[in-house]
Amino acid sequence: MKTIIRNASIYLDGKLEKKELMIDGKRIAQIANKIFDEADNNIDAGGACVFPGFIDIHAHLRDPGHTYKEDIRSGTLSAAKGGFTSICAMPNTDPVTDNIASVEYIQLRAKEHGSARVYVIGALTKHSLGEEISEMATMKSGGIVAVSDDGKCVQNARLMLSCLRYAANFDIPVIIHPEDYALAGSGQINSGKVSTRTGLSGITALAEEVVIARDIMLAESAGAKLHIAHISTARALQLVQQAKDRGLAVTCEVTPHHLVLTDEACMDFDTNTKMKPPLRCENDRLACIQALKDGLIDCIATDHAPHADFEKEREFDHAPFGIIGFETAFGILYDRLVKTEVIELSTLVDNLTKKPAKVLNLPGGEILIGAKADLTIIDLNASTTYTKENILSKSKNTPWLDQTLASKVLYTFKSGIICYKDK
Amino acid sequence: MKPQFSGRNVFDLDDYSREDILYILEAAKGMKEINLREYKKIPTLKGKTICTLFVENSTRTRMSFELAANRLSADVVSFQASISALQKGESLQDTVYTLNAMGIDLYCLRHSSPGSPQLVHKYSGKPVINGGDGRHAHPTQALLDIYSIWEKKGDLNGLKVTIVGDILHSRVVRSNLIGMAKLGAKVTVCGPKTLMPSSMESVYDCRVEYDLAHALHDADVVMGLRMQFERMSEGLFPSLEEYSKHYVLSSQTLKYAKPDALIMHPGPMNRGVEILPEIADGAHSIIVEQVANGVAVRMALMFLILSGSGKV
Repeated sequence: MKTIIRNASIYLDGKLEKKELMIDGKRIAQIANKIFDEADNNIDAGGACVFPGFIDIHAHLRDPGHTYKEDIRSGTLSAAKGGFTSICAMPNTDPVTDNIASVEYIQLRAKEHGSARVYVIGALTKHSLGEEISEMATMKSGGIVAVSDDGKCVQNARLMLSCLRYAANFDIPVIIHPEDYALAGSGQINSGKVSTRTGLSGITALAEEVVIARDIMLAESAGAKLHIAHISTARALQLVQQAKDRGLAVTCEVTPHHLVLTDEACMDFDTNTKMKPPLRCENDRLACIQALKDGLIDCIATDHAPHADFEKEREFDHAPFGIIGFETAFGILYDRLVKTEVIELSTLVDNLTKKPAKVLNLPGGEILIGAKADLTIIDLNASTTYTKENILSKSKNTPWLDQTLASKVLYTFKSGIICYKDK
Repeated sequence: MKPQFSGRNVFDLDDYSREDILYILEAAKGMKEINLREYKKIPTLKGKTICTLFVENSTRTRMSFELAANRLSADVVSFQASISALQKGESLQDTVYTLNAMGIDLYCLRHSSPGSPQLVHKYSGKPVINGGDGRHAHPTQALLDIYSIWEKKGDLNGLKVTIVGDILHSRVVRSNLIGMAKLGAKVTVCGPKTLMPSSMESVYDCRVEYDLAHALHDADVVMGLRMQFERMSEGLFPSLEEYSKHYVLSSQTLKYAKPDALIMHPGPMNRGVEILPEIADGAHSIIVEQVANGVAVRMALMFLILSGSGKV
């Protein structure tokens, strides 16, 4: 089976080039100004761009356990619609993905029903309770790409040190969701002007920063690879800068929402602005953008966190934390940051492709002859309106509901097979 | 132009202009006169149904709303979370759908969650008077406080108002800061640093003082706030004794304020903690009148929102 994509700009080595691309079977076979081969399938991209399939190293697929919010089929469909071809599933499922059988369940389901590749992240501690180390070495032999108690944070520094040392032993990256529970308290949004005005209790930036400081020190001592999930404050970025300056194996990611929204968005009590870490203030947002441009931030990750309407449609402080992210990730960042010339298109694309691949040592992320044909075709001149009807995730909890954002995903290919096609 | 009130929500005072507030005060004055009659009832809202939806318990505020509604001849239904379906896990949304089906015209809501009045309005399509939502807002309390000052002093413009106590957890302070600033009062908030929200001076038009003597200096109005015992276990202050030593309103500390300074408190009071009886019961205390004015202010709001004619 051969597919030729014509009339397209191909993203090669950071630049868009008007070329044609041929997929033969699962792989990219040719990239040339003009391809003369006969194809089974000819796609006229209409001048759209061909990017490497996006890679999301931080997503919640809710399967098993909370499949009314999302499952592996709907989650990977939603990912494909957002241009993602590889996603990493966080282990806060029910039961927690803290053992080899649970890992295999997700892999099997993804193989049967997945519109995107699913890599599994195993739990750092058993049941993610922060009490005992999980069987991470066994899970690694089963294919996990990292360990994390995401959504939770190991409060006990002694256990965290032990986890980091054990993970280092088996060369497993540790992803942290940095949050000191006592400092965060029952906080709902960032602690600052908006929490003062709305009366919603605040989560101080310190809750994130003190754990990052602690875990950098512990990881250094343990010789472990530490990845900081969804970094959100200016001071936290300084801590990462210092760690990198010292040559430590510390990386970090930022979410699309922390790059384009601040806690001002919480003024109307929209529960789709409620997530952890909370939306911070403008100073923090600008620091995140600068760090993305400087390369201090290693990649963008969505923290796709589906919740059902009945869970989000309630009092702000009773609603769960989190928003969905696959389908809007490229669109919101292209619309708000690239079109407005805050960041380069290549910064956005690289942080969704080869850079996240590098963080967790995943394949893909570049368009190369011979590589698996994981691609997405995006029309930058079109736009997409995100409605409850057309969002493919089972959940619709996004702050950009009913908004129209620049760019539209036309096709997504996984191993040469069309996993998403715009109608 | 005459302010328009028909169908308006009272989420907080930021949606209300200085003119709106003054108009409400005038209306409340008329209502207070009714409350002093032997037969305290007018037929104005006959046929209207008002629901006091109290998801967080508060007997006094609920009674004040219900009395206000009764005196305007509205039908009143009372929904209390502690004895209702919410206790059994029903969502606020379903509760409001159910109540709405019974033909409610106006909701008076008390809820522990900030922003819940907006939700009740969204689900019901009916006007909502916020009777206190978490730490966020308590606009009817602020209006009755403003009314009480206005009645005594005639005008708030240029008055120095000092509010002392647990500012962090107080919705009363937040609404008062907005309302009083609109009428030109200069408000100082005072309390220990652990009970002061961040960025107060950049969010509100106010001055922050941690020292009581400085805060009270030259004050025309002094308001004490209830100091809640639970804040100790949250690690926010060490003991009621120590709090009292530094922040109690007494004849000692009030010598820094103007001699005729009005003394206020939204209640319930902890005598001996934030205020001494000599002050609470003193000549300049209007604490009991505040309660009476609360009924009048709530009558005025119900009347203005539901009748829309603008005439008392």
